[in-house]
Parts: sequence; structure tokens; C-alpha cells
Amino acid sequence: MNLTATPVRRQIHPPPAPASPFPYNPGSLLSAGDLTLDGISHILARATALENHDPLVRDRILAKRRVALLFYESSTRTRTSFELAAKGLGVDTTLVSSLSSSIEKGETLKDTGLTLRALGAEAIILRHNSSGAPWLLEEATRLPVLNAGDGMHEHPTQALLDLRTILTHLRPGVETVTAETLAGVTVTIAGDILHSRVARSNMFLLPRLGARVLLCGPKELLPDLAGQAGPNIVIERDFNAAIEQSQAVMMLRIQAERLAGLQLDLEQYKAMYQLSGQRLAAHAPTAIVMHPGPIIRGLEITAGVADGPQSVILEQVKNGVAIRMAVVERALTAGLGGRA
Amino acid sequence: MTALVIRGGHLIDPAAGVDGLKDILLKDGRVAEIASPGKLKLANGAQVLDATGLTVAPGLVDIHVHLREPGQGYKETIATGTAAAAAGGFTSVAAMPNTIPVNDSAEITRWMQAPERGAAIRVFPIGAATRGSKGEALNDYAALKSAGVVAVTDDGHPILKDGIMRETLAAAARVGLTVIQHAEDTRLTQGSSMNAGPVAFKLGLRGMPTEAESGLVERDIRLVTELRDARVHLHVAHTSTAAALAAVRQARRSGLRVTCEVAPHHFLLTEEHVGYYNTNAKMNPPLRSAVDRNAMIEAILDGVVDAIATDHAPHALHEKEVEFENAPNGITGLETALGLSLRWLNREWKMPMGRVLSLLSAQPAALLGLKGRGTLAVGSFADVVVFDPRAEWVYNARNTRSKARNTPFDGWTMQGKVRWTISEGKIAYANPA
Repeated sequence: MNLTATPVRRQIHPPPAPASPFPYNPGSLLSAGDLTLDGISHILARATALENHDPLVRDRILAKRRVALLFYESSTRTRTSFELAAKGLGVDTTLVSSLSSSIEKGETLKDTGLTLRALGAEAIILRHNSSGAPWLLEEATRLPVLNAGDGMHEHPTQALLDLRTILTHLRPGVETVTAETLAGVTVTIAGDILHSRVARSNMFLLPRLGARVLLCGPKELLPDLAGQAGPNIVIERDFNAAIEQSQAVMMLRIQAERLAGLQLDLEQYKAMYQLSGQRLAAHAPTAIVMHPGPIIRGLEITAGVADGPQSVILEQVKNGVAIRMAVVERALTAGLGGRA
Repeated sequence: MTALVIRGGHLIDPAAGVDGLKDILLKDGRVAEIASPGKLKLANGAQVLDATGLTVAPGLVDIHVHLREPGQGYKETIATGTAAAAAGGFTSVAAMPNTIPVNDSAEITRWMQAPERGAAIRVFPIGAATRGSKGEALNDYAALKSAGVVAVTDDGHPILKDGIMRETLAAAARVGLTVIQHAEDTRLTQGSSMNAGPVAFKLGLRGMPTEAESGLVERDIRLVTELRDARVHLHVAHTSTAAALAAVRQARRSGLRVTCEVAPHHFLLTEEHVGYYNTNAKMNPPLRSAVDRNAMIEAILDGVVDAIATDHAPHALHEKEVEFENAPNGITGLETALGLSLRWLNREWKMPMGRVLSLLSAQPAALLGLKGRGTLAVGSFADVVVFDPRAEWVYNARNTRSKARNTPFDGWTMQGKVRWTISEGKIAYANPA
């Protein structure tokens, strides 16, 4: 409910919105906001345990189980790391992408999901260009659905791997998280917030561990109402001021494919929001620099910063495999005595 | 000669100022007599309905429904849509012209009203304001009116060009037709699927700003003002924003003939009810913020709103089982309007029963000039709803008489159960206790 709404003059209580029935399956990971702190801690602990496991033993954990990767959008990191993660646990994976399947012939997401289930898929990893598609798929199939990015909405495994990266540098050794774990930590997310599912998942995740999130970008890519998305989310349009307060700086690419006709002056954008070596040295010489990829070198970030000593971008990628192993394991074991 | 007597019921006829125990005689499709209990001379062979403990009221009038015929019979037909209407207590519905083809001709208007359509109640077609609802060339309003059209609109394709809207208002006024505007500046809503605001931001959906509605309402009111013609009647369809209501309120104070309707979902639900992409909470105009929803309630209670209209918009199940952005707009509403209005406006928010019923019958009938409808004064059409005002029941969309079940009110508790709906003297729906 919007608590700031003006109350009706008379004593009137309108009907409240119903509680969400999601997730239907305890193994699903639809939104970063769905996870309890215990659930997050469990995933972080399993990520470390699985990463350190002997690969020849690890691939027996979920041997011959079946997971489908259903991708309606192109992807390098997410698809590959999910696939490596699943295979690392012994899971048989199959990839269905929109350009080489019946999706091209007009099959709906519901029918594709039911078909994959009939083929024996025990969980589906979904990347989709429409916000909310994983909810539709989960409701239709009741299978564990792992959201690998839906439209402009969420990318929960990215937020978890970002959290793991942040903890490694700012809270080394911590795996059991609480509402205070990131107290005193400020994270700047800068760039195209409006179109970014990575930004949303991080906004829904990091403040719950005590972090403050500063959002930075031009109005076209960061509407004022983003500041109402949750507690401890603040808009700071001055990029220098934002990174000065931050221990982690997360850069986002401008999502040209989602701009819907919006025209941006890129030179002006670079002048105001590009993370350059000079800016970093002057305002955030110790912060870690993050980027979910793909990087557009020379636009939101300079090559020097991307490759520089403060960059943890490739660590993020590596953490993706560990986090996704934990999430795939959770998908196939939740509700079967495994901890959700 | 067919006669029907409704005996022992509590008659509420706001337009006639009646609120008390009455017996009613319906004969030859008209209201023949109203008398104190037991005082009616019973004609031989008259069918008698025992309405003891029940409320008897003018049949409900919904001035905004989509019956989908011609062209989209898989979503709804005139027969199934009006069957649902009868189950909901409605005896008159005004059907929007966004059919396939668009109803922009006397032929289609007559086709919709033909007995072969199997309508359970009276259907009043609304004609397209412009050829094909393309917003360019005006239709022949005189011809449409004589074929039976009761208003003109381009509903889902609002008329954006000032000049065309001015001409539409003036031409419709000359033949005595109301212009209904679906107020949406579509230049501001491209690619959007819900209300603009923090909820849309959180869900990663593009939003429709409230200004898209209020801006067009303000533009239309300006055009009405400039025309300086008392015959001009602008009706704002499914008002959903506080700003649009404020504009209507102001226009009325200036003495302009500007009316508005509000749909049950807009006075009950907010954008929060979209939940996680519930396509049965997707419609246009979208569910708005709590501020806007509360403004709808206020305006209904204050009397600024002229009618409750459902915007009944049936869709096939498979059309709604898709990604939120790809799902068509609209929800059904004919079977839930009375139960929700009684439950919330009357029982929860203490609006007198007569005023609630007036918003669902007398006022919408008067608004579109439907003579002899919306009242049970002697000589009026024998359009009656008989309902148990105390009955609480749970709406189950699976049991709907509509072809569609795209409603956010499935499983909701309703107040007031329809026992009989009588359309022009014939029982169109019966569900005796």
C-alpha cells in the first residue's frame, strides 16, 4: 500500500491488495526480494562450499538431473555461467533459444514451458525480454523457475553474485548475513537505471543487509520516483558526490535496445557520468568498481578503469558460476528436505 | 397479453422517489400499476413472483460494455454478454463500437439489434465517431441515430486532433447525441501497460502518466467551452484520475454539460493489485494510485460521478495467459458491478441504497436519454431487478455466463444476490433462493 496517500475524508477502508501467491515452487528464484536473510546466507555458504568442492565429486551431486535453459534474449555471461554451474553439478542441460525453436513459430511461453516440463525438465532457467515472464512461466508449470533476467525488471542471481563480490572485499569471510552486515556501506549504481534489471535486483537486495544505495544518472534514465522503490535508496545526481560516499561503484551500460526512441547526447553523458581514471582517483580512490557487463568501453567506463586495479568486474563473472551452482542446487533440492 | 406481478418486495425507484413496500404489475412489457401490498387487482393467469424480503429496483443500465460482436465471437457474443448482464441485474447495456468491423454504420447498428443475435436484454449500440474510428472523417450521425445509436465515441482510439474533436462535438450536438471520450493522450502512453509510478518502476514496466487522461479531458472541456452550444454533451468514459475528476467538477460548476462515469475497479483497486503481473488487473485506463482511487470514492460519494459503468471487456483465456506487456487490456464486469457496489459503496461506506442504485440505473439512463429506462414509474419499460440485499456470496468466475473470465474479482465477496432480472416484462434471469 502507498502509505503516503491522502486518506479519504470519511472513515473509509478500501479493499487491500491480496498477498502474492508467488513463488509457487520453493525452489524458484524469481525476485531478489523474495529471499529471506537465511535464504541468502544459505546460498552464499553453498556457493563457497560448491566452489571448493572436488570437481570430480561435485558432478555427482545432481547427476543426470535435468534443467532447461530457456533464452529469449542473447546472453554471454549469464547463459554460460548457468550452464557451467549446472554441468558442474552433473546436471544435464538443454538450451532453447528463441531463434532456433518453435518460439519463432509463435508458440507461447506457457506452451514452451509445458513442453519442456513434459520433456523432463525439473527446473527452467529463463531469460526473457518481457518484465514478469518468469512469474507467468512459474504459474503455468509450477516448476522451479530461475529468473536469469526479465525485461527491465530483475536479475536476482546477478544481485547475489554482486553481493558475494562486495562481501569478499568489504566484509571478508562473512557468509551469514544479517540486516546489519552491510551497515555503513554505500553502493553507487550509476547509469541507465530505468532500463536495468541489475539495478532493480540490487536495490531490492542490498538495503536489506543494511547498505545504502545511491542511484546516479540523468532524469531520462533515472526518474525521480526511483527513490521511492524502497528503503535506503537515494537519488544523488552528482556523480562525484555519489562516488565520494561509496565503497562500491556499480556502472551500468546504456541499454540502446530499450531506449524506445529516447535520444541522448552521449558526449554530455560521458562528461557527467563516465567513470574515468581521473574521476576515480579524485573522488573514490579506494572503492571497488563493478559492472555487470556487457561493458561499452569508452562510454560509461574507460578502458583504463575497467582493466585497472580497482576493477572487480571479472571477479563478478567468476562469482556468477559459484552463485549459480548454489541456486541450481537449491532449485532441485528445495522442498525435498533441502533448506530453502 | 402477458402479465407479471412482483409481490411483497421493497421497491426502490430513486427517479420516482419511491422507497417502500409495493406490489408491481407488469403488462405488455411495461409497468402497468404500482400499489400498496395486497392492493393490486390480480389479472387472471398472471405469473406471480414472491419478492418478500427482497429489493425491487429498476433494471440496471450499463453504458459502457464491449460485446465483441460483430467480429470477435470467440471472446464474447451479444447473446453471452447480455446473459452475463442479466445475471448481474442489468436490463440495458450500451455497446461500444470497437468491433470488427468498427460499428460506424446503420447496417452494423441494426445487425447488433436484430433478434437473431439472441440478446437477453436490451442492447443500445454506440456508434463510432469517425470512419473506422481512425479519427479523421466524421460519420453520418443522423443516420446512425435513426438506426438506434445512443451516443458516439472512438473509445479505445481517442480523438486527438482538436479540429476533429470540435467537429464531432458540434455535429453530435446537432442531432442530439452524446460524445463519449476515452480520454487518453496516446502520444504519452506508447508501449505502456500500467499506471506510471513507483509500482511500474519496481515491476520494470513502462507507465501511463495520469496526465495522459487528465490532459485530454481538459482539452475536451476547453473545446466544449469554446463551442458555446448548450446541446453539446461530453461524457468522460471510465474516469480514473483525480485530475480528470477535478476538471469535470470544474466544468460542471461552469454550467457545462459534462458528465463522467467510474468503473468498479477504479473505485476499488489500485496499481498494487497488479501484484506480480496479474493480467486480469490490466486494463485501460489502468489501475491507478491510492490517491486516485480515493478520489474516485470521494467523487462518487459527493455526487460528482454520474454513473457506474463496468467497461466489461471480455477476452479469451489464452489471450490473457501471456506476458503482461503483451496481454490485451480489459476485464469483465457485468456480473460483479452490483455485488461490489452494494458491498463497498452501500455496506462499507454507507452510501444510501437508493443513491447506489441510481448510479447504476436512473442516472446512466438519463445521461444517454434512454426514455422509459432506469425507473419503474407507471408506463416505463418493465425492466426490473429483484435482489436479496442481505445475501452475501462469493463470485466464482468459472460459473460466469460470459464467455470470458478475465476478472480480478474472482473469489471476492459480493453483497446482494440477484433473484430475477426482468427485461421488458420477460424474465431474463432467474435464480430464486
